[in-house]
Amino acid sequence: MAQSLERQKAKPHLAEEWVGKVYTLLCIAFLIGTIVSIVYFVASKGLSTFFVNHVNVLDLLTGLKWAPEGEPAVFGALPFIFGSFSTSLLAAAIAAPLGFCAAVFMVEIAPKFGRRYLQPVIELLAGIPSVVYGFVGLSVIVPFFRNVFPGQGIGIAAGALVLSIMILPTITTIATDALAALPKGLKEGSFALGATRWQTIYRIVLPTTLPALMTGIVLGIARAFGEALAVQMVIGNAPHIPSSLFESASTLTSAITLSMGNTAMGSLANNALWSLALILMLMTFVFVFIVRFLEGRSKL
Amino acid sequence: MKAKTADKIATSVIIAVAAFIVLILAGLLGYILFRGVGHISFHFLTSAPETIRKGGGIGPQLFNSVFLLVLTMIITIPIGLGAGIYMSEYAPANRITSAIRLVVEVLSSVPSIIVGLFGLLVLVNLFGFGFSLFSGALALTVFNLPLMVRITEQGLKGVPREQKEASLALGLSKWKTITSVMLPIGLPVILTGTILAAGRVFGEAAALLFTAGMSSPRLDFTDWNPFSPFSPLNPFRPAETLAVHIWKINSEGLAPDAAQIAAGASAVLVITVLLFNFAARWLGRYMYRKFTAIK
Repeated sequence: MAQSLERQKAKPHLAEEWVGKVYTLLCIAFLIGTIVSIVYFVASKGLSTFFVNHVNVLDLLTGLKWAPEGEPAVFGALPFIFGSFSTSLLAAAIAAPLGFCAAVFMVEIAPKFGRRYLQPVIELLAGIPSVVYGFVGLSVIVPFFRNVFPGQGIGIAAGALVLSIMILPTITTIATDALAALPKGLKEGSFALGATRWQTIYRIVLPTTLPALMTGIVLGIARAFGEALAVQMVIGNAPHIPSSLFESASTLTSAITLSMGNTAMGSLANNALWSLALILMLMTFVFVFIVRFLEGRSKL
Repeated sequence: MKAKTADKIATSVIIAVAAFIVLILAGLLGYILFRGVGHISFHFLTSAPETIRKGGGIGPQLFNSVFLLVLTMIITIPIGLGAGIYMSEYAPANRITSAIRLVVEVLSSVPSIIVGLFGLLVLVNLFGFGFSLFSGALALTVFNLPLMVRITEQGLKGVPREQKEASLALGLSKWKTITSVMLPIGLPVILTGTILAAGRVFGEAAALLFTAGMSSPRLDFTDWNPFSPFSPLNPFRPAETLAVHIWKINSEGLAPDAAQIAAGASAVLVITVLLFNFAARWLGRYMYRKFTAIK
């Protein structure tokens, strides 16, 4: 008798539990379904260039000429791949030392001022929309380059500079977290031996936190690689490999942004653009795996 | 002696770089506001844009951005909360869970333009939603979900163990414990993160080019029937947002005052993002104080 009463009481309790479990599981299922379908649709569209239209994969990856309207149409995506890599790597090369210095400043030199002023400043940088960065790049950086350097001012240099400001928060935040998480004993030991602050940073802090710093840099590159509109606004969008940093160039994202609306779904030109998107997506996976590898290496 | 000189030089370089970063941001904000604020007026904020004539405004774009933000959050919050709760409370520590974690990580690093293309293919064409606010909101949901999951997880992880255990010990079900004990405690963190995520939605453009579209129909602000094609409330109409508008007039603007419009619209966008930031900070601090009774 007592047992059955207990069972009756337990019922709404269990139902509630069940609702919660099923609901949260459904949400997770939605999430997984989304990523699976993104991969499936982008891959099937991107691969149809090779399987349906019989474009050679190597031709696409290494071809220097992109002429979707030409007779015959030529799809060489190397200029875009080159543009994407050069802008994002250059952006990381500019932003990494800046971000590292900002992190050292916040953790080692002036923690109070850093936490109170510099950190919110950097978080604000992260919040500014990319089109605004593009607008500023177009109305400040490009005219400046045009006046100072030969050329039109648009190009890889302008793109990389805009991107470097955009990825600065990513790199700084991760570097700051890594430096702050460093065990105190390491630094104190170094100071006790009579090392200066810079010697400690250079010989102890930097090598120990290197994997985490690299993680930040790779995440920054990944963000720069996928950024579309800001780069598109300042890079000039000419589908060839430029001979100087101040000559018009193009990236994977800017090519997709500009041409996707002008091609008919399912046409060869359209499929080729999806192949660019597929390259972009595969690079994202590569970046994620590099980050995972680096995170495995850091043993803080 | 040499090591001390090196230390001094390095320290001054680092301080100089930190100052330089502050200067960049000050210059950036100053430039955007200085160039743009003068152009902001009631007329600019409420009137419709002009294609070739001078004096166009950003009224419909501003409305679209806000409407899209609301729609996106209505879809994102329940799913993101649910998935976040699962990840922090229900997920067993096994391979499947770490695979899901990887999936969330991948999803959070997929470029927004890819999400936009996916939206174009699946939402706009396959499901037939067309270029619409609804497609845009769903695309932004995809884009925002991983963020929301992480925020929820973070919020729930911050809840003291004892509070969770006390609730379970009183005989409350796990679900009840989560919804009535843990969520309220984690709320300051979750809310702050959500507002910051909303700020991102407001400025997002790449994913919207191919889902919400690059044009806005002539809106009739007296027509509040959500099924009429010219009603601002209709979620199935194409909608150009403020961020997309800035991009469009910078790349192909024909109006003679395109540069001023871009500057004004950028200023509006940045001011909004700043407001979101301050609101998130203030609200987070306020709720933290209220819940923890710390003065």
